[in-house]
Amino acid sequence: MAYNDILIAGFGGQGVMSMGTTMAEAALSEGLNVSWLPSYGPEMRGGTANCSVVIADSEIISPIVVQPSELIAMNLPSLDKFEPTVKPGGYIFVNNSIIKRKLVRTDVKAIYVPTLDIADELGNMRVANMVMLGSYIEATGVLKFDTVVNMLRNIFTGKKAHLVEINQQALQRGAACAKI
Amino acid sequence: MAKELWKGNEAIAEAAIRAGCRCYFGYPITPQSEIPEYMSLHMPKVGGIFLQSESEVAAINMVYGASGAGARVMTSSSSPGVSLKQEGISYICSAELPAVIVNVMRGGPGLGTIQPAQGDYFQATRGGGHGDYRVIVFAPANIQEVVDLMQDSFELADKYRMPVMMIMDGMIGQMMEPVEWKKPAVKLEDLPAKPWATTGTKGMRAPNVINSLFIDPNASNDHNMRLHAKYQHIIANEQRYETAETEDAELIFVAFGTPARLARAAARLLEEEGIKAGVFRPITIWPYPYDALYEAAAQDSVKAVVTVEMNTGQMIDDVRIAVRGCKPVSFVGQAGGRVPTPQEVAAAARLALGR
Repeated sequence: MAYNDILIAGFGGQGVMSMGTTMAEAALSEGLNVSWLPSYGPEMRGGTANCSVVIADSEIISPIVVQPSELIAMNLPSLDKFEPTVKPGGYIFVNNSIIKRKLVRTDVKAIYVPTLDIADELGNMRVANMVMLGSYIEATGVLKFDTVVNMLRNIFTGKKAHLVEINQQALQRGAACAKI
Repeated sequence: MAKELWKGNEAIAEAAIRAGCRCYFGYPITPQSEIPEYMSLHMPKVGGIFLQSESEVAAINMVYGASGAGARVMTSSSSPGVSLKQEGISYICSAELPAVIVNVMRGGPGLGTIQPAQGDYFQATRGGGHGDYRVIVFAPANIQEVVDLMQDSFELADKYRMPVMMIMDGMIGQMMEPVEWKKPAVKLEDLPAKPWATTGTKGMRAPNVINSLFIDPNASNDHNMRLHAKYQHIIANEQRYETAETEDAELIFVAFGTPARLARAAARLLEEEGIKAGVFRPITIWPYPYDALYEAAAQDSVKAVVTVEMNTGQMIDDVRIAVRGCKPVSFVGQAGGRVPTPQEVAAAARLALGR
């Protein structure tokens, strides 16, 4: 039985919320159960933002993630705050373009992903969250790359169709980080 | 039909439109502002009215007027805004008019916080305004249930000519979950006629009068007794609840809305320790399913009942009424915008069982 409690956290504007909704939409189209719960309120205005995504092949009991099986930390305050909460044996994905420390925990799997460096190399800083998503999918196998790529094809059409390619590259480059 | 991912507040608004709501009056307040936002975009597309009023007081009185004219009408707000509507709700109950009122609750009292809470239980279930009245109150625990209950809400409002309230904590409004639109959209022409509505006599009938003033004490008493009889009928016929693993349980959690989900998560934690915990979830919090809860709690296997709420303990009064002292009742919860964790809920259960 697969039951993934995912916490995605970072600064407002890093695409934290949209990474979560992309995962939720992808999970739904794969026939999985899903919930997406944002932090909302004053902390969103220029401060930190996070969202909880639960993906399961069984009924989702609680949409609130207290002890994530996977943490995606896009900035240092998020890593500092949530690193202690991750389930032993879980994953922590670290955006090491801006987080310059290693994990303190030794009982979780660490995946370091230089999202901004890769996005910069690809020529569009806005795909940084897709880099991270690629790492997540590669490491956990929770979603399928094809599902996300098909979604991108539906989102980016007409004049924006060229964005599919760069987002796809971002996913692949992120996946490569998780293979090492 | 395929499932779609919907944000709670937007699903509320879409479900209302599909249920035949054609008039919406409201004023923005976090965490429910996506409801008026969605209504402002989509109500004109179905020929309906969206109006952002100057205040919540104005909005509820617009509801009063539109309902009197026979419209399917809704307003929504969050806790402080719903307090402002209470006078209007009392008038609408007395005038016996249908309406749907949504409260996406935030922390209180006062202006409180924008984070999710359930501090309006007393206000919703005891009649938050003056006088002897009740409203039917649904307390959904997920977005699918919000959607499924919306059509029922409008139907019951019409059937009993009274407001139906839907209350949920801000989390349900803000989160996204898959939704399946199970029922076809209501066709307005299929709705039962409202012969009592003030639609103009056209010289063909005696005028309909909508009124909440009964100055003669005998007439006022008769009116109150008639309302009372209606509420008694609803108590006998409209209770709804759900149970999960309550049969032969050692402990029963009682919770509505999001805490019911937290209680289920806590029950899983307890199961790992060999403690069988079930969850009793009222879906209508008025009328309250007293007898069903009594039956669950009175089982020989049950040693304790624990209520889980995002307030300082309000529904626990109804739980005590239901349990009638047959089992110890205790409370666990957080108020003012904090959400209890399943671990905290499980700890309260262990305490109640003396472990």
